[in-house]
Amino acid sequence: MLVVTSMVTFGIFFVLPKLAGQTTDQIAATYAGKAATEEVIADIKERLGLDDPVVVQYARFAKGIVAGQNYDNGPSEIHCPPPCLGYSFRTSQPVLPTLLDRAPVTLSLALGASILWVVFGVSIGILSALRRGSLFDRAAMITALAGVSLPIYFTGLLSLTIFAYGLKLWPKGVKYIPLTESPGEWFYNLILPWVTLAFLTAALYARLTRAGMLDTLGEDYIRTARAKGLPERTVIGKHALRSSLTPILTIFGLDLGVLLGGAVLTESTFGLPGLGALSIQSIFSGDLPMVIGVVLVATGFVVFLNFLVDVLYAVVDPRVRLS
Amino acid sequence: MSTDMKKAPASGGAGESGGGASDGPLLEVRDLRKHFPVHAGLLRRQVATVKAVDGVSFSVGKGETLGLVGESGCGKTTTGRMIMRLEDPTSGSISFEGREISGLSSGQMRPLRRDIQMIFQDPYSSLNPRKTVGSIVGAPFHLQNIETPQGVKKAVQELLELVGLNPEHYNRYPHEFSGGQRQRIGIARTLALKPKLIVADEPVSALDVSIQAQVVNLLEDLQNELGLTYVVIAHDLSVVRHISDRVAVMYLGRIVEVADQADLYTRPKHPYTTALLSAVPIPDPAARDDRARIRLTGDVPSPLNPPPGCPFHTRCWKAQDVCRTEVPPLADTAPGHAVACHFPVPDPVPGP
Amino acid sequence: MSEAEPAVPEPSSPPEEGRRPFLEVADLRIHFPTDDGLVKSVDGLSFAVERGRTLGIVGESGSGKSVTSLGILGLHNRKNARVSGEIWLNGKELVSADPDDVRRLRGRDMAMIFQDPLSSMHPFFTVGAQIVEAYRIHNDVSKKVARKHAIDMLGRVGIPTPDKRVDDYPHQFSGGMRQRAMIAMALSCDPELLIADEPTTALDVTVQAQILDLLRDLQREFNSAIIMITHDLGVVAELADDVLVMYGGRCVEYGGVDDMFHRPLHPYTWGLLGSMPRLDRARSERLMPVKGAPPSLINLPSGCAFHPRCAYAELTCGLSETEVPELRVELEPTHRAACHLDAAERRRVWDAEIRPKL
Repeated sequence: MLVVTSMVTFGIFFVLPKLAGQTTDQIAATYAGKAATEEVIADIKERLGLDDPVVVQYARFAKGIVAGQNYDNGPSEIHCPPPCLGYSFRTSQPVLPTLLDRAPVTLSLALGASILWVVFGVSIGILSALRRGSLFDRAAMITALAGVSLPIYFTGLLSLTIFAYGLKLWPKGVKYIPLTESPGEWFYNLILPWVTLAFLTAALYARLTRAGMLDTLGEDYIRTARAKGLPERTVIGKHALRSSLTPILTIFGLDLGVLLGGAVLTESTFGLPGLGALSIQSIFSGDLPMVIGVVLVATGFVVFLNFLVDVLYAVVDPRVRLS
Repeated sequence: MSTDMKKAPASGGAGESGGGASDGPLLEVRDLRKHFPVHAGLLRRQVATVKAVDGVSFSVGKGETLGLVGESGCGKTTTGRMIMRLEDPTSGSISFEGREISGLSSGQMRPLRRDIQMIFQDPYSSLNPRKTVGSIVGAPFHLQNIETPQGVKKAVQELLELVGLNPEHYNRYPHEFSGGQRQRIGIARTLALKPKLIVADEPVSALDVSIQAQVVNLLEDLQNELGLTYVVIAHDLSVVRHISDRVAVMYLGRIVEVADQADLYTRPKHPYTTALLSAVPIPDPAARDDRARIRLTGDVPSPLNPPPGCPFHTRCWKAQDVCRTEVPPLADTAPGHAVACHFPVPDPVPGP
Repeated sequence: MSEAEPAVPEPSSPPEEGRRPFLEVADLRIHFPTDDGLVKSVDGLSFAVERGRTLGIVGESGSGKSVTSLGILGLHNRKNARVSGEIWLNGKELVSADPDDVRRLRGRDMAMIFQDPLSSMHPFFTVGAQIVEAYRIHNDVSKKVARKHAIDMLGRVGIPTPDKRVDDYPHQFSGGMRQRAMIAMALSCDPELLIADEPTTALDVTVQAQILDLLRDLQREFNSAIIMITHDLGVVAELADDVLVMYGGRCVEYGGVDDMFHRPLHPYTWGLLGSMPRLDRARSERLMPVKGAPPSLINLPSGCAFHPRCAYAELTCGLSETEVPELRVELEPTHRAACHLDAAERRRVWDAEIRPKL
């Protein structure tokens, strides 16, 4: 897991600045302000070591994570304590505190929405599979198709227009109130983003669960379970569900990981100041250290949750555990 | 089509050359081994070796059929795959028409692929469902750039007729055929390049009983007509007996007994062979009570951790101390009848 | 067991006054409506099995033999299967019974073992847990008692160190051990009827012999009725008292095992016997297969479903193409066949043309 994370960090560090298409001059210029002279820019480049080979810069960055780092910013020297993920000259802030500041928003959004979509997606999927071909099944699958194909900025704006402004349920729009400040407000404000985000993913999960369930119901061991005389609810709830949910677990891990790194579209649509919004903002302002920080955190989440899924898989499926 | 119909006399012990000096065996396998490494852990270190095939020798004369029998995991399929060079042997030699082929690269094997062909078990999965029968059976012509005097279509139709299919079904797809017919398609494809040797891996075990017999008869007819040589790999002892001239019994990667078909089935020498034969259910209720039954206990040991000495000693009722320490060599007990056992079953077998 | 005494099998003898056979199936029909038409997987099947006896049902793919077994257990989804006829188990009719009542009988009074023991056991639960579950649905006992029972059952089907293996998962068992565990599970509630659907097809021949021995011994011990479904005539000859041959969803021949192998009446049975190479005979030059392939149930041939493959169909003067032959008592009162051909003529063909070549 650590190997993967450090490889990804390394990759990001090398590729991102190149992708941004900026020369070191331009980078230095952004820090120096509009009226910078060539000497000032050269001076900044010198002090930030921007012309050093990338490897050296990477080593410096890596060292910063462990030992902290000092940035020589003209008259004043800025100390960035470990673990230092860099320093944003745009915001004149170290990267990490900014990330930590934004993370709760994304965390609230992602966890709430994921609970919703798992609960609804999976139950709708199961019901659809059990009543295959029924009116419920067809309605659910058509809705799911809509959910899968509609982009969030469409459904998000639509729900804002209808529920927030139209029905005046959230007349002032939604905004993030920290849980610690007011749990009620936190919940009230997040309902709409949760539901909107969950709607999309729940649709996907419903389809996956339904397909998995139908597959499992055709398995020989389900026939055995019925032949033992188990009541149908035990056959479904214990035998079928356990097998058909394992693939869902994998996808859930990935989805949650990606989402924790920033629900870019959702956050932008609802104006929530999470990691996704931060990354957009940093990209537009050319704030490279911040972008690197966000990407690093996002990667970390994905890798960590993947690891978690692997561990859980071994708990669920003894064949994985023992081989 | 070839008119070479002479059946070579079934002769030669295990690993000994089959025919006379002028006419050597078509296929000769000597001390063939295939060891699969087992990797584990973070660094994928090799922790064990599965000795799937562990020193197998036999020869097959021209026009002869050799049956390879054994239970699952005995290495019979791996042996077949090595003859086809679908699997690279770990060591040992395979010579075809006197030419060593075990070390050939796939490029060097290419011309030989015409001569050695394979029939697979599953007629459903070994045919491409999106291709017509014509293009499936005709594919080998294109792959090997074979000139066909009256065009590929004519050649394919002749092949279809040869295996008992309607040549007019040239443009149909595999799913339009029944299981037995699909196996016939597979056989037609195999025959396209007039091979000399055909390795058939469980050719009938996926088929219905009434269809099995059709395919078995077809294989025999083709052998008589085209002078083919077969290596038939199967677990069904009755089918192997019916189709083979010589039979080799495998257990845990080794041949434990090899003999002429009649010899092996009437005078089995290896305890494992006798046990196998006595385990086959006989379709005659009258035979129920007066059959001598030898019941093996337990399962085949894992090839990951084969027992020392004779591989069969853990389940053998005749095992002595020597069996636990010394591997018995495959040695002739009678001309053409070789057994790897310290205490072979004496000649008049008890029971029927 | 009944093998010892050469009792005349009575597959078709009318039940004694006021007493039905232990299991009696009468005119069972299981039809599946599909987009391509009505699939008559089982179409008018009748048979009976007494306790302590074994009925072998023989057929090829699509003959309806497995559908029959699932039908007896009531495992067909009533939404897509039309089941009619009567199934009497121990005096209780199952086709018209409440599905939940039938469910309570499953596992307790009638149990089933399947072809592939690996896919038939849940990969995520231990073998012990699966047996305990089967036992506890029908018996109100504590987990501890049920576990002890599971260990006991595993020991009885010949699994060494059952107190350790009880906590293993199915994939840790070998093929033969798995089938033993499956049998232990099926027998955990001491069922009176055991249906075995190709129980040894996936196993090696030495293991198959062990499992057949086990079934024989357990039948003696539990005095259960066994229905053995298989395509292998050898297995039938080893185990069955009565044999029923199915073709295209119908019974074509039904009789005692000796009659069936020594005096078979139906050309299809002849074909099956002629198709298999036999170890107990001198090697024949050629096998005598049935021509053609088993029919698809969606598009069953008219009249006698076997007529396109029958070598003697012309002798019926077209009758076989138009009329479905009835299952009739022939020669022996307990031996029935469904064939248009004259019985004496068939006897002659069997004696003169078929038997000498087997």
